[in-house]
Amino acid sequence: MKRVFSHPKSLRNIATHYCAGCGHGIVHRLIAEVVDEMGIRERVIAVAPVGCAVLAYDYWDFDCTEAAHGRALAVATAIKRVRPQNIVFTYQGDGDLAAIGTNETIHAANRGENLSVVFINNAVYGMTGGQMAPTTLLGQKTATTPSGRDAKYEGYPLKISEMLAVLPAVKYIERVSLDSPAEVLKAKRAIRQALQNQVDGIGFSLVEVLSPCPTYWDMTPRQALDWIREVMAKQFPLGRIK
Amino acid sequence: MNKKILMTGNEAIAEGAIQAGCRFYAGYPITPQNEITAYMAKRMPQEKGVFIQAESEISAVNMVLGAAAAGARAMTSSSSPGISLKQEGISYLAGCQLPAVIVNIMRGGPGLGNISPSQSDYFQAVKGGGHGDYHSIVLAPSSVQEAFDFMKIAFDLADEYRTPAIILGDGMLGQMMEPLVVHGPRSTVHGKIKPTTNPAAGGSAYGGDYRLSTKKWALTGCKNRKPNIIRSLLLKEGALEELNNELQKKYSNIRTREVRCEAFNLKGADIVLVAYGTTARLARSVCKKSTRYKLGLIRPITLWPFPTRIIEKAAEKAKAVLVIEMSAGQMLEDVKLAVCGKAGVEFLGRTGGGIPTEEEIIDKIRKISVQRRVLRQAQDYSKDGEQGRTTYSV
Repeated sequence: MKRVFSHPKSLRNIATHYCAGCGHGIVHRLIAEVVDEMGIRERVIAVAPVGCAVLAYDYWDFDCTEAAHGRALAVATAIKRVRPQNIVFTYQGDGDLAAIGTNETIHAANRGENLSVVFINNAVYGMTGGQMAPTTLLGQKTATTPSGRDAKYEGYPLKISEMLAVLPAVKYIERVSLDSPAEVLKAKRAIRQALQNQVDGIGFSLVEVLSPCPTYWDMTPRQALDWIREVMAKQFPLGRIK
Repeated sequence: MNKKILMTGNEAIAEGAIQAGCRFYAGYPITPQNEITAYMAKRMPQEKGVFIQAESEISAVNMVLGAAAAGARAMTSSSSPGISLKQEGISYLAGCQLPAVIVNIMRGGPGLGNISPSQSDYFQAVKGGGHGDYHSIVLAPSSVQEAFDFMKIAFDLADEYRTPAIILGDGMLGQMMEPLVVHGPRSTVHGKIKPTTNPAAGGSAYGGDYRLSTKKWALTGCKNRKPNIIRSLLLKEGALEELNNELQKKYSNIRTREVRCEAFNLKGADIVLVAYGTTARLARSVCKKSTRYKLGLIRPITLWPFPTRIIEKAAEKAKAVLVIEMSAGQMLEDVKLAVCGKAGVEFLGRTGGGIPTEEEIIDKIRKISVQRRVLRQAQDYSKDGEQGRTTYSV
């Protein structure tokens, strides 16, 4: 008998703290599977965010470091420069990467650091109780936009991936979704591409993942997936951006 | 083989770091320490190290955190306003127990201030600056030679104790040029230092070891070992308190073992001057020249751990202690705590980039001397109950 499916070595076999229907669990696993399939577990160094996934290093089984909120790409830049032989990736939410960390994101991208970035976009700040994120949609009600995001005061959802695509040193950007098994498989392929690019020395690679947050979208897990497909993906179109 | 060269304090700091094995530097331009970034930009690649001009001081200190986590000797430098930006990063370094060196070439503040020398970041460096119960080791060079030599001390201590170390200089030290003896690669620095990291021989029990290849806790990829995690977040009940207890124990060890201080002319001194860095140069000059007063100088080299015991003992014999700082009185508080009422503590300070002159210091000493004699005069008067003569010489 041949074993065709098992728990990935790079994912610890413990229960996570994530909400029912959260996308983090899926993406943690995709990363673990890709790392195992590529055989790079012993080379990987991950940089965790501040956000719901702050405890990501409790779930993965490879070298990891914490970073201050927003600073993961500065931390990763340095690790990679000091140890270019390792595979260094960051895992960041929308606040970490596109609010407080925007400066670090733009400049790591502009310098063309040979890094892989997994950007979890769930249009809200989960860990702190559902406040507006840079990527919150217009009209979306959050803890800090109780009447719904108003462009006049809060501006528009930030399309950081499209902004980064302008930079010549950025080599790969793709936006994917978790709203169906087919999309999850595409997400896995994109994550693999981002890591493979690093192995091949190609340059800065980023995967933006539209991820559900049923708790702060005030939806059921199923409704959350539908909302990604029907509403969010209209604002944040899926596919290869660079 | 030793070489004697002429260098600015800033350059000496950079070269000293390189010679101490620093192979990662990230910084951002700010006056008066721009010579450090420029020097590192040229010199680091020569040693196959990494130089990055970061997009901000915040980014730079976080890059240092990453490099340190990966096992490198890493450093950043800035001046007062930029050091304010780095405080969160320093707190993280302390909490994650990572070694790193941060250089502050102090300038006048608060706010944008000016670019003249100052010592007004003592509180920030010594008392915390960043959030949480932590301390950085703080070294205060007083000459270009020390600026060079202290880099190795800083990196060695940072590695041994897995803690950030701050070099507290000022714009005068950074910009001035003095001859410097550059030691060969294998020589040791002056001052007493620490050697062993072997716990059995009394060395650090914190796994500190400054040979890059043997930092067992570093992130190098989990080949042939369990994965390492660098973190300061501990949510489980009691876990963070446990870390804090460990940190406090570490700081207690550092206080016991790592105080460095210079005592000059203390024997029989009536007035003991306490000053560090650039101000100590002026204080020493005054001590040397004075024929009328018996003056001594205590020059803390480590501002943290503070030479409390030395100051306490000196205060027992002195008539007064005079603290001289380019600030409104920051180290003054630690001196007062050390003296603990055993002698009067006086203060001479200049703020906003002002530098005290020898004449000002002498003038202050004269006033102190008069006051102390007046007091004694008044006491005699009340004791004898008769009109004493009120003439006195100054």
